[in-house]
Amino acid sequence: MKFSWTAITAFAALSLGTAHAEGDPRGFIHRWRVLEPIAVPGRLTESAVQDAMRSAPMPDANAPGWHQVDTPDYNLNLYHFAAGLSKPTSNVLFWITTVVDSPQEMKDVRLAIGSNAASRWWLNDDLVIALNDDRQTVIDDGVSRRLTLHKGSNVIRAAVINGGGATDFCARFLDVNDKPILSLKVALP
Amino acid sequence: MLTRLLLLTALVYALPVHALDGEIAVHDPATVIQAGGRYYTYGTGNGLPILSSDDGWTWHRAGSLMSAVPGGKPGPEVLARGGNNTWAPDVIHVGDQYFVYYAAPGTQPKAAIGLLVGRSLDPASPEYKWVDGGPVAWSDGVEDSNAIDPGVLLDPNGRLWLTYGSYFGYIRLVELDPKTGKRLDPRRAPVNVAINSEASIPIYHDGWYYLLVTHGSCCVGANSTYNIRVGRARKVTGPYLDNMGVDMLEGGGRLFAGSRGRHVGPGHFGLLDLGGGVQKFSLHYEADLDRGGISVLDIRPLLWRDGWPVAGDNLTAGTYTIESARTGTVLELAVQGSPVGGFRARRGGPPGSGVLGGGPPGGPPPAGPPPEPQVGPPIAEQDPSQVAANWPANSDVRLAPAMLQAQQKWTLAPVANAGGYPGAPYFRISIAGTERALTATPGGELTSSPFTAAPEQLWRIDQLTDGTYRISSKSAPGTNDLLALSAVGSSMPTLAKFDPASDRQRWLLRAP
Repeated sequence: MKFSWTAITAFAALSLGTAHAEGDPRGFIHRWRVLEPIAVPGRLTESAVQDAMRSAPMPDANAPGWHQVDTPDYNLNLYHFAAGLSKPTSNVLFWITTVVDSPQEMKDVRLAIGSNAASRWWLNDDLVIALNDDRQTVIDDGVSRRLTLHKGSNVIRAAVINGGGATDFCARFLDVNDKPILSLKVALP
Repeated sequence: MLTRLLLLTALVYALPVHALDGEIAVHDPATVIQAGGRYYTYGTGNGLPILSSDDGWTWHRAGSLMSAVPGGKPGPEVLARGGNNTWAPDVIHVGDQYFVYYAAPGTQPKAAIGLLVGRSLDPASPEYKWVDGGPVAWSDGVEDSNAIDPGVLLDPNGRLWLTYGSYFGYIRLVELDPKTGKRLDPRRAPVNVAINSEASIPIYHDGWYYLLVTHGSCCVGANSTYNIRVGRARKVTGPYLDNMGVDMLEGGGRLFAGSRGRHVGPGHFGLLDLGGGVQKFSLHYEADLDRGGISVLDIRPLLWRDGWPVAGDNLTAGTYTIESARTGTVLELAVQGSPVGGFRARRGGPPGSGVLGGGPPGGPPPAGPPPEPQVGPPIAEQDPSQVAANWPANSDVRLAPAMLQAQQKWTLAPVANAGGYPGAPYFRISIAGTERALTATPGGELTSSPFTAAPEQLWRIDQLTDGTYRISSKSAPGTNDLLALSAVGSSMPTLAKFDPASDRQRWLLRAP
C-alpha cells in the first residue's frame, strides 16, 4: 500500500487538531495522547516485546514528544501519525494513553482492543492485555479478563510495537454481555 | 507425584468409549425423558422395566412401571384387545401429566397399544403412581397392521399424535387428546403413513414432520440388521418421502443410523431436546460388542443438515485443535510458540518493513535460469518434548492463529468415575503429552494447571445441531451456572452462559 504525502499531511492536520469524537455508537475511544515513535528492534515475540518496553519505558506526561490526537475513525492510524511528523514507522514503539471517565463503578467489564502489531495494555496500572507477533488490527482481538471500572477517572496506557508496514490500534470497553459501553467519556482536555 | 500422575493418566486412558455407563441393558427403549433433574427410559420386558440416571451417563435399573399400576398388569380392556405382554413403550410429558404408551401383544398381529397416566416419573415421589388408561389403538389379528411399537409426538400446535405398527402391514397414525392421552376421536380411522417397519415415531422440525422408523431384523444379537430410517412430510398425515422421493408407504426411508464401530443394529429412535440448540436422540443397539453382544441403551447427538436429521457421534478421545467458529483462531497455552521445524530466516518483508531481501529488485535481473526450488526432507510434527522446556510452569490460555504447534494440540480424554451428561462422560482437556489441563477459574475465566480431576478441570462436550461443539465446565468455582467456553475476542477465551444464537460458544474440533 502506498501513502501519499497529501494524505499524510491531511491526517496530521486532522489528528493534531481539536476534533473530539464522542458518542461513538460502537463505543470506540477517539481521543488519545500519543508519544512520537521510539526506535526498537522490530521483533514481535513475547520476549522481544518485553525487551523493547524495558529499553524504551514510557516517559512522564511532561516529557517532549507527546501529542494529543483525535481520530474520526474507529481506529487511530499510527503510520500516518508518525509519517506526518516525519518520524520512522518501522521497527518502532508507540506509547499511548488516555483517561476515561465512568459515571459509576462498573463491574465485569472488559477492555477490548485491536492492534497492529504487538501491544501491551494497562488499566489503572494493571496489565490486562498482551498481544504478540505480527498482526492486523481486528476489532476485539485482544480482550481483557473481567475488570472493574472505578467511578471517575480510569487511566489506559498501552505500548504498540510495529515491525514494518501499517500500524494502528482501536480500543473500547465491553459490558457484561459483551456489548460496547457507550456511557464513558474521555477525560483528556 | 510422578506415580500419582501416571496413575491419573492410566485411569483416564483406560476408559474405553462406551455406549453409556452402568446398567444399560435394554431393548426397545422409550424416548429418554428428563424430569425433576433425572433421566428416565423404559423398555420391553416383564412389567416394563425402568432405567433412570442422575446425569444421563450412568444408568441404574429401578423396578418396573407395572409395579405402580393397580393390579400390576395391563388393564382388562387392554388385555382383551391385545395380550399380556408388555413391549416397547414410549413416554411424553403433556401439561402436568405423563403419558406412557406401550404395546400389549397377544398372538400377533392381534395386539393393542395401552395407556398409563401418571403425574410423576420419580418412584420416590408421593405422587408416583400409574393409572390404566385403557387401549388407544389395536389390531384385530386380521387387518393389515400389528399394533405394537408406539411412538408419540406433541406438535408445535399442541396436537398429540401416535404412530404404531410393525412388519405386519402398515405403520398407522392416530390423533390423541392432549388432556387425557386417549384417542381424540375413536371413530376416525387411522391413517397409514409407512409400511413394513418398526419403532416408528414422528418428530417435528422447522416446518417439516419427520417419521423415524427402524428397518431390518431384531433380536438376534450381532446378526440383527436393525437400522434407523427417515422420511419427511409437510403434513403430519404424510406423504412421508425419503431423499429420493420414495414414499415410506412403498418402503422408502433415508438411512439415519446404521451399524458402526462396536455397535450393531441401531433402532428405536427417540428425540431428547435439551434446549438451547442441543438435541440428542436415544436408541438401542441390538448388540454392543464391548458388552458381550447384549442390547444396550445409548444417547447420541442429533444434527441437522440440508433439512434432514443426521446421527452424530459422541466425541472420541483423541488429540484435536479447538477452533472458534466465531474467530477462526484456536485455543492455545499462552506461551511463546516455536515454528514447526525450527526458526528460518525470513526471505524479505513487505515494502517499508525494513527487512532486507524483499520488494521489487533493483538493477538488472540475474542472468541464467532461475534456481531450482530445493525440497527438503519431511519435517516431523512438533511435540511438547521439543519445546515445552521453555514454557513457564503456569500459563494462561488464549486464542491464536492455528500454527500446528505443540501448545495448540489438546488431548480430549474421558475421565473415569467422574460422572457425565446425556450420552458421554466428562472429559479432561490437556495439552497433548503434558499434564497441563484446561481449568476454569473463579470469576469465569480460564487458565491451565496440573490435572487433578478437580471439577473445574472436567468438561462437558456436546455436539450441537450444526455439528460444532459446545464445551462447558462441569463446575466453574463460585457459580452454579453452566458456563461454556466462549470466544469473547479473537485472542481471548472466557467462560459465559451459552447463547445458541451466537457463534461465540461454538467450536470445531479438528485433527491437528
